[in-house]
Amino acid sequence: MTRRPVDSGDPDRLYTVTGGRTRSYEQSFDLVTLIVKESEPSPGMQSEHVRILRLCARPVAVVELASLLDLPIGVVKILLCDLLDSGRITARHPQSSGRGAQLPLPETLKRVLVGLQNL
Amino acid sequence: MASRTSDPVVAGPSPSARPLRDTASDGLKIVIVGGFGAGKTTMVGSVSEIRPLSTEEVMTQASVGIDDPSGVRTKSTTTVAFDFGRISLDDEMVLYLFGAPGQERFWFLWDRLFSGTLGAVVLVDTRRLADSWYAIDRLEHYGLPFVVARNNFDAPEHSLDQVREALSLNPDVPLLDCDARQRESSRDVLIALVRHLHSLSSEETHS
Repeated sequence: MTRRPVDSGDPDRLYTVTGGRTRSYEQSFDLVTLIVKESEPSPGMQSEHVRILRLCARPVAVVELASLLDLPIGVVKILLCDLLDSGRITARHPQSSGRGAQLPLPETLKRVLVGLQNL
Repeated sequence: MASRTSDPVVAGPSPSARPLRDTASDGLKIVIVGGFGAGKTTMVGSVSEIRPLSTEEVMTQASVGIDDPSGVRTKSTTTVAFDFGRISLDDEMVLYLFGAPGQERFWFLWDRLFSGTLGAVVLVDTRRLADSWYAIDRLEHYGLPFVVARNNFDAPEHSLDQVREALSLNPDVPLLDCDARQRESSRDVLIALVRHLHSLSSEETHS
C-alpha cells in the first residue's frame, strides 16, 4: 500500500503526528523562516521528520514545507521544533520585517525595490 | 491540497525545480487580499518564480454556544486555505506573496500567520466592490500599509477617482490599474506598494 498524506481533516491523525502536543512550540517559527537540514535522516525516525530532512537540503520556507507535506502549518511547526531541538536542522529567521509595529527600514525597502525592478 | 490551484491558467516550475539559493536567509511577506474571483492566485502566479502552491492552517476555538441554553462548551475548528508564491530578490532576500481570502474567518488568523508582513495589496474587482470594504477596514484596523489595485479583465467602466470615492479611500493610499495576468503589470503593483512603504518609512525615520 502506498503511503497517503496525512488527512488534515482528521484531528486524531494530527494528534498522532505531533505526539499530542499543541500550540506552545510554534512561536519559534514564522511562515517564512527558512529551514536547512544539518544531518541525514537516521533509522527509526518518524516518517514526517524524514520527509522534512529530505526536502531541506537547500533552504525551504516553513510555508513551503507545509504545502509540500500536505500538513497544516501548525503541525509542521511542531515537527520542526523536534528537529531543531535535536540539532538536525537550522532555522534562518526573517531579519528585515521583525520590527514589531514599525515599518521596515528605508534601506531594506530599497533592496526590495531593486530586486523587484530586476524581475 | 499541495498542488491544487483554483486557476488552471496559472503554471510554472515546481519548488523542487527552482530551489532557493544556499545563501537565502531573509524571508519577507506581502499579502494580496481580495474577494473570490478578484484574481489573487493569478497575480501570485504571474510574478512568482514557482507555480502557486496552496496550504492551510487549522484553528481550534473553544467557544460557548450562545444559542445553547445549557451553556455547554463546544469546540469549533476553522480552516483557512491560502495560495502563495515566491520571488528571490537577491542572494539573501526572498519575498513570499500570499493570496488571502478577505472573508471574516481569515482575519482570526492574521496575527498568527501574517505578523511582520511588509504591506498588502487589495485587489479589487469593480463588479464586486463590496468585497473589498471589509478587507480595507481590517487592514486599517491592523495599521498595515496597503495599495489598492483594480484588476481589469475588460475595459474599465469607471474612472479611478470614482473607485476611490466608492471605496472611501484615504487620498494617501495609492490606487492603480493592473492586469493580474501580466507579469510586468503585477510587478508594477508590488513596486507601487514598496515605494509607498519606502516613503512612509522615510517619514517615520526622519520625524
